[in-house]
Formats: sequence, structure tokens, C-alpha cells
Amino acid sequence: MSGTTEPRSPDDLAQALDGTGYLADDGLASAAFLALRMGRPLFCEGEPGTGKTALAQALSQALDLPLVRLQCHEGIDASQALYDWDFPRQLLHLRALEASASASHTELDVDAVESSLYDRRFLLARPVLQALQDAPCVLLVDEVDRADDEFEAFLLEVLAENSVTIPEIGVVRAETPPLVVLTSNRTREVHDALKRRCLYLWLEHPDLARETAILQRRLPELPKELAEQVAQAVHGLRGLDLLKPPGVAESIDWAQALQLIGARHLDLASATATLGAVLKYREDADRARDKLDALLAS
Amino acid sequence: MTTSDEGGSTEGPAPRPHAGAVLAAGIVDDLRGGGAPPGPEEVLEDFVAFTRLVRNAGVPVTTDRVAAYLQALRLSDLASEVATYWAGRLTLCADPDDVVRYDHAFAAWFSADPRDQRMGRPSQPKPRVSTMAALTEPPPGTGDGDEEETPELRVAASGEEILRDRDIAELSIGEREHLKQLLALLRPAPPKRRARRRRPARRGEPDPRRTLRAALANGGEIGDLRRRARRERPRRVVLLIDVSGSMSPYADTLLRFAHVVTRRTPTAVETFTLGTRLTRVTRELRQRDPERALADAGQAIPDWSGGTRLGEVLRAFLDRWGQRGVARRAVVVVFSDGWERGGAELLGEQSARLRRLAHRVVWVNPHAGKSGYAPVQGGIAAALPHVDRLLAGHSLTTLAELLEVLRDA
Repeated sequence: MSGTTEPRSPDDLAQALDGTGYLADDGLASAAFLALRMGRPLFCEGEPGTGKTALAQALSQALDLPLVRLQCHEGIDASQALYDWDFPRQLLHLRALEASASASHTELDVDAVESSLYDRRFLLARPVLQALQDAPCVLLVDEVDRADDEFEAFLLEVLAENSVTIPEIGVVRAETPPLVVLTSNRTREVHDALKRRCLYLWLEHPDLARETAILQRRLPELPKELAEQVAQAVHGLRGLDLLKPPGVAESIDWAQALQLIGARHLDLASATATLGAVLKYREDADRARDKLDALLAS
Repeated sequence: MTTSDEGGSTEGPAPRPHAGAVLAAGIVDDLRGGGAPPGPEEVLEDFVAFTRLVRNAGVPVTTDRVAAYLQALRLSDLASEVATYWAGRLTLCADPDDVVRYDHAFAAWFSADPRDQRMGRPSQPKPRVSTMAALTEPPPGTGDGDEEETPELRVAASGEEILRDRDIAELSIGEREHLKQLLALLRPAPPKRRARRRRPARRGEPDPRRTLRAALANGGEIGDLRRRARRERPRRVVLLIDVSGSMSPYADTLLRFAHVVTRRTPTAVETFTLGTRLTRVTRELRQRDPERALADAGQAIPDWSGGTRLGEVLRAFLDRWGQRGVARRAVVVVFSDGWERGGAELLGEQSARLRRLAHRVVWVNPHAGKSGYAPVQGGIAAALPHVDRLLAGHSLTTLAELLEVLRDA
């Protein structure tokens, strides 16, 4: 962490995040601040669309650090997260050595050839190794709940040691540990051992005022009135017991859609026309349409 | 310092300091190793004592979490209640449920109102969830009707075959004891799904990477083609067990059955109970000892033998767990007689939703095995169109059949 950008208090950090267009509340700012100062990973859980991934992006901007992203999926393994050898290039290199040796009628030194094959230039750094090499940086481990349990154990090891051992090269250690942000949508419970290493942040949908502020920050040309109406309506929708309650991302989409069709107010006609930007299930749309009148009136 | 907080936490009506500015100055100095104003040790002890209250409120607080908490306090502005709150919440909690409990404990401890403080005293702990401490308590009677002290009826080997086909609801207490042992002998085979990852295999598609690696060892000459195939992994199984009044003769056995299935592939099985509300008992059932697992599950279920709101509870399951991923591509088994008090439309709707998410939906109805049964009750009639298989589950034999269906799903 370069000394000039290091925040001295949560408020400091909140201000820096604010500068990037991410509005952080007390909890979020404290969490990010403590994660930074304690050198612990930040484990963010919450409904989809509450700004977990955006937090990592905003942190990297606010702290002026590179962002390295590891998107987890089922079956992800070390060769996709850590490093891999570039086999085709190694093979080409070997062939080239052979060709030059036979051209000059010299014997190949086997040891030298082998050590030249496992050179750093044939090493493909995947996100975790890259983060350790580039540290200080922000490492975003996105949707860790989608990966397998085995992968969690492996991740735990890397996070605890802040280093990776590559048999052919040696240990790669980060001088300053990267700021790690893990996100989860709670599709399954992540192992306690992993959580224990982390600070735990449960994210909720923002309140009305904050959501209005976020909309205005993200869409500077959005009239204040429309922003308030959209935030109000989205809050109403969240209370409707829907299959997929809209997140902040959806309300931004909605406001943008309204802006694009040139709506000045959120009325029944414009809301119905753009409902597809907020609600992504037919059942939800049906339910909302019945109650749209009441929602917009409030 | 964690051992010396006995006096601070268990007795004494003296009001616990909330994070007032004066005290804050004390602990800041103490934690930073600066000057020693009167009694900073006590303040520190108070924060440690607070973590004990949080633990008593049901949050699994471990020593390393306490250490992290103190470290976070050192970095926080203790004069601010908000900062103190977040320092604890971020380090001591690990679950949204924990957050609620933490909020209660925090309000009780740091509130200026002494009445609240008494309410939150560790001497009056809230009902525990399954913490480690709870495990050491003797298993309380959960009212399943299978108390241990009844003399055990030894069933002869010839009786076993009969027992296998008997309706569980009609068994005597001794016979149930024997059934427990038989249940433990079941060997469930988990259903399989193809995984994304590939493994070296004798037959399958060519594996360029291993072929190249072999060629490398061979001086660049490509010899035999190496091959790879997709791995198989256990497919997730979700067991939804109705524990309402009409199912109570079967509930205990079904939970035992769930324990047997869970022990086989602990990470691939999720179990929920349905009643007037939804309860997740997966964690309890993962314990090795069946008696302990059952006792803990029994304690976790608040609505034994109550009414049923099958449609609503099924919707709660799908909203909170199913749609997020638990039911996706899983084999979902619903153990219920389909008695629905309210209208059946909601149950039909939610069953259709479940069918769209899950790989297979199997409905196990204990009454389906009885002669003359027809699925005409409102609930089951509404759900049946969205179910792949309807099975009986009233006896050991039918449960073994269910295992076969699961394996082939």
C-alpha cells in the first residue's frame, strides 16, 4: 500500500470510495478499513445486487491499486486459479533447441534444457499467483460459493500463508498481502474455517435515501424526482414477496431505461414499458403489474 | 486475560460501561501500550466478557475470533458506538442469523438502560442453537415416543423380514429400537452427475495436455494418445421432511433415514423439515452419532407435530434456499402425506416451481403404500402433476426402494 493513499479512518475510506461513485455506509467503510489494516480477507455475503462485487472494484479505484479478479465456478481447480505451465510453448522451445543442436552438431545438455523449460516465461500466472506477484493489489474472489469444497481448502491455505510454492521455481510470497474480497450469494454454506480467517460483512439493500443517492451518483443526468420515484418503487417491489427482489443493479438499469425512453416521471405507462429492466420472472411481473397502481401512488 | 473475567461477567449489578469517551481513552491507551490510566485492564475484560455474552446468545464465538475482535477494537475509534458495534459484528459473526443475535447482545450490553442489561446477562442465556457447548448436555426428551428405558424387545432373525414390511406407524417401542439398527445398516448410493472437470481415463476424448507432456518426456515424439473423460460427482440430494401432526408417527424414522443418507455423502445432502415453518437440520444431521444428531435436530425443530402449511413452507424453502442453488440440479425428495390446511393452489404453484429447478422430484407418501389409497387429498392432488415419482415410505422395504430410486436418479 503506498503511504499516500492509505486511509486513516473508516470515514477517510468512505470519502475515497465516494470519489469513485460508490456510496459506502458506516458498516461497509468500517469493514473495508479493518480488512485493510488487519490484513484479513473481507467476506461479503448478501442478496444478489447489493454491491458486493462493485465494492471490490471501487476499493481498487479508491486505493489506486490494480484489481485482480478470480471468478469461481464449479470444478475450478488450482491450474485455473493459481498457475499453469504453457505446454505448447515449452514443446516449441524444446523443438527449437533440438533443431539448433542438430544444425551445429552439438550435444544437448539435458539439465540445462530442463531448467530452461521451467523458466518464468513459460509460467502462466492465474489470478491468485498474479495477485501475489502484483501485491499490493485488490484480489476479488467472486462467488466463492460456486466453487467446490476442495477449492475452499486450497484457497484457505493460500490466504493464510500469503504465498504459493511452485516446485520448479520456488516460493512466491507477497511482501504486503493483497486486500482480498470474497463474495458469496449463499447458494451453499461456505466452510467455517474459511469464514474464521475473514471479516464477515452481511450486505442488505440500501435504504431509500441511500438508494436515491446511488442512482443520482451513477446517472448524473437523472432528474432528482425520477430518482426518488424509482427508489421508492423499487423499495415497494422488494416488499412484494417476489421470486427475485430487484437489487441496486436492477434499479440503476430501470432508471437508465426510463431515461432512455425519455420519461420524466414514473407513471403507469412508462413503468409498464420498462418493467423488464427490474423484474426478470414472468410470475414477478404479473404480480407487480397488479399492484403497480398502489406502488406508484405511494 | 480470557480466564480472569469471571467476576466481570457473572455477578455484580454495577452498570457495564458502554463505550463512553472516558473509558475509550483508557482502552485505547491500554491497547496501544501507552500510559496506564486507572483500570484499563477492567475495560479490556469487559470487552472479552461481552464476547461471552455474544456466545451465550448463540453465536459460535471462538478464541481466534475474540482475538480478531480485540485487534479490530484497537484500530477503531472506541468513542463511537457505531465503530465499536461494527468491530464486533465484522469479527464475531459468520452468518446473517448471527447478526441478529449479535444485535440483541450488543443492545443489551451497551444500552444505558439497566433493565436491558439484566435481560442480556449470561446468567439468563437465551435458548442455544447447536453450539459446541450444547452438545455436552444430555439429550432432552423430544417427545418422539422412543424413550430408552423401556425394556428392549429382541426380535428374532425370522422376525426381521416381517419387520421390514411393517408399517412404521404400527410398530411397538421395542420394534422401533430394532428398526433403528436396521436403518443404520442401509447402504445408500448417492446419485451421480457428470462434473465439469475431466480426469485421465482409459477411454474418452483425447487429452492434448497429457499427450504433449508424454511427448516431452519422449524427446518430442508423440506416441500413444492419452485420453480423458469427465468425472462423476455425487448429485445433491435435498430431503424435505414433513413433521406436522399427521406425519408424526413417521417423522423420527424419516429423520434417522435422513441421517443415514447424510452420513454417506455429508456435503451433498441437505435436509429441511416442513411444518408451520421451515427448519434446516443439515448441520445437526452431519454428526456421526445418530442419537446425538437426532437429539440436536429435535431441539432445532420448533414445530414438531404442529399444523401444516405445506405450500407456504415450500415457498419459503424455494425463496431462501432452493432458487439460490440448493434445489438446482438436485434430486429433491418430499416426505409428506400432502395434507394441506389452506387452499392447494399455492402448493401446486410451488411444486411446479420446484420441478423447474430440480433434476428430479420424488414425493414419498407413507399412505401411498396402503391398499385402497388414491391421491385425492387437495394437497397431493395439486402437487402430483409436478412430481416425477410417487413412492410409499411407510416401511423399511419401501425406504430401501427409495434409495434405489435415488441412486438411479
